Amino acid sequence: MNARLFIEAAGPGVTIQDEGRFGLSRYGVTPAGPMDLGAYLAATRAAGADSAIEVSLGGVTLRAEGATLCVAVAGGDFDIRLDGRPMPPACLLPLAEGARLALRAGPSGAWCYVAVGGTLAFAPTLGSRATHARSGLGPKPLAADDALTLAETAAPPLEPLALAAPWLAASDAPIRLVLGPQADYFACDEIDAFLNARWRIGARSDRMAYRLEGPAIRHRRGHDIVSDGVAMGAIQIPGDGAPLALMADRQPTGGYPKIATVIGADLGRLAQLRPGEDLSFRAVDWEEAVAARRAYFAAVEAGATREPLGAEMTTESLLAENLVGGVVNARD
Amino acid sequence: MDDETPRFLDCGEAALSVEFGDSVDPAVNARVLALDERLRAASLAGLRETTPTYRALFLRYEPLEISRAALIAAIEALVGPAGVEASQPAVRWTIPCCYDPEFAEDIGEAAALLGQTAQSLAKLHAGADYRAYMYGFAPGWCYLGGLPQALAIPRRVSPRGPTPPGATLIGGALSLIAANPMPTGWYVVGRTPERMFALNRAPPFLVAPGDAVRFETIDAKTFLALDARACAGETVARRETLL
Repeated sequence: MNARLFIEAAGPGVTIQDEGRFGLSRYGVTPAGPMDLGAYLAATRAAGADSAIEVSLGGVTLRAEGATLCVAVAGGDFDIRLDGRPMPPACLLPLAEGARLALRAGPSGAWCYVAVGGTLAFAPTLGSRATHARSGLGPKPLAADDALTLAETAAPPLEPLALAAPWLAASDAPIRLVLGPQADYFACDEIDAFLNARWRIGARSDRMAYRLEGPAIRHRRGHDIVSDGVAMGAIQIPGDGAPLALMADRQPTGGYPKIATVIGADLGRLAQLRPGEDLSFRAVDWEEAVAARRAYFAAVEAGATREPLGAEMTTESLLAENLVGGVVNARD
Repeated sequence: MDDETPRFLDCGEAALSVEFGDSVDPAVNARVLALDERLRAASLAGLRETTPTYRALFLRYEPLEISRAALIAAIEALVGPAGVEASQPAVRWTIPCCYDPEFAEDIGEAAALLGQTAQSLAKLHAGADYRAYMYGFAPGWCYLGGLPQALAIPRRVSPRGPTPPGATLIGGALSLIAANPMPTGWYVVGRTPERMFALNRAPPFLVAPGDAVRFETIDAKTFLALDARACAGETVARRETLL
């Protein structure tokens, strides 16, 4: 039997992603791809994988079948358990045949990536394995009883290791953006109001767009523009003045003015905010955005450092085991 | 705005919109398509993808490989001091379209709003020369310029229900062929058996941005026959080379 990753349970919005379906935006195809590229790359590169499961706040429970799998996890600060034993939020694991890996929403972060070393045994659609649920391209979102078959598997580590990936650290620093492409549709004081406001991520946020709750931003020149291309991180202001940050599953073109665009180095940080969490913005120029991009991707390219599980984690896991033991004893 | 000199608008640090105008205009779109052709032929290192839209060319690039200034200089060299020449369609597609009311769900409603009959609307729509301005919204949604002025129609205030597959629509000053069912504010005036997007066919997309498009009126019986062939992966639209 081929090695498989069996999905025991999956919340809504758990999908397969690779870097994205590029090159076909001229035919209306959305790239999709990971919400947090830096976290995706941390996981896939540590595991030696060509794609990953993007786990939403709904969580997922996975089981290895047919082989011991090499699994890397990275993303937000999720609660991660290997057969009940707590693991650090970024880790590289041997997932033994029959072993269970469970991810649940933790203290912070909205997306977490599970990468299995090797190659998934299904053919790409239009050059990519990424799920774009709205257009039906790529595999359907994962659900309980699905299984991912692996064509090849990478060698697992001997024991669980922590992954140190400093670019994944959560931070309250303002999300940086470059003004435009349609900042000229807004008067200076409206741009100031946008930059000075404290925003909150709205409840109806998803892979397509994050709603930003705060003051209404008024247009100077009307809210209809002739549709043009849309970058991930574009902040679009529709007629009601409530901004939308357009994310991985955005439409490839749009017809509302875009006041600003979040820089590449901060897209992952924006993506990891949850509904109800606050943020603010800071405008930077192109040079500063590129300097931040250079530093960010230099860190990502260098890769996550593998470290033995910390003493803290060992204590925590011992406590967890004691706790389980205690429950059993109480029942005796 | 001087149409000859494009505006360069940052969309973050890794994308640039080269804007030739702010309206839906065949001359503006022809300049967008001409720059698109030249940039694709030039294969600049660091330029990842170009997306033509009605009035601007959207460029995704890697600023760690090509600077904004170098990219703009390359575009200015391609555009030249006299402005980029308007591109001409290299290919024309003749797309079968059935205007019978059972396939053209909104043709009566649109005709009444335009002071036409369903027959005169169908005749005007099928008699025009179109150009694929861009794709947008969803895979295979092809927006066409060249709609006769008599058929320009304001979009609905609230969207109608999902379109049938292959719906041919009108809205504003444009026509549109929709690939898959979606709610829309446009009017369904016909339906083509051709698949604008089919994963089981190589290539999955037929009409390229910039191609010329004509419609050929077919009856319901022909629609059903062509639909069966298209369903099996056959191309039922006709392709001619123009240049």
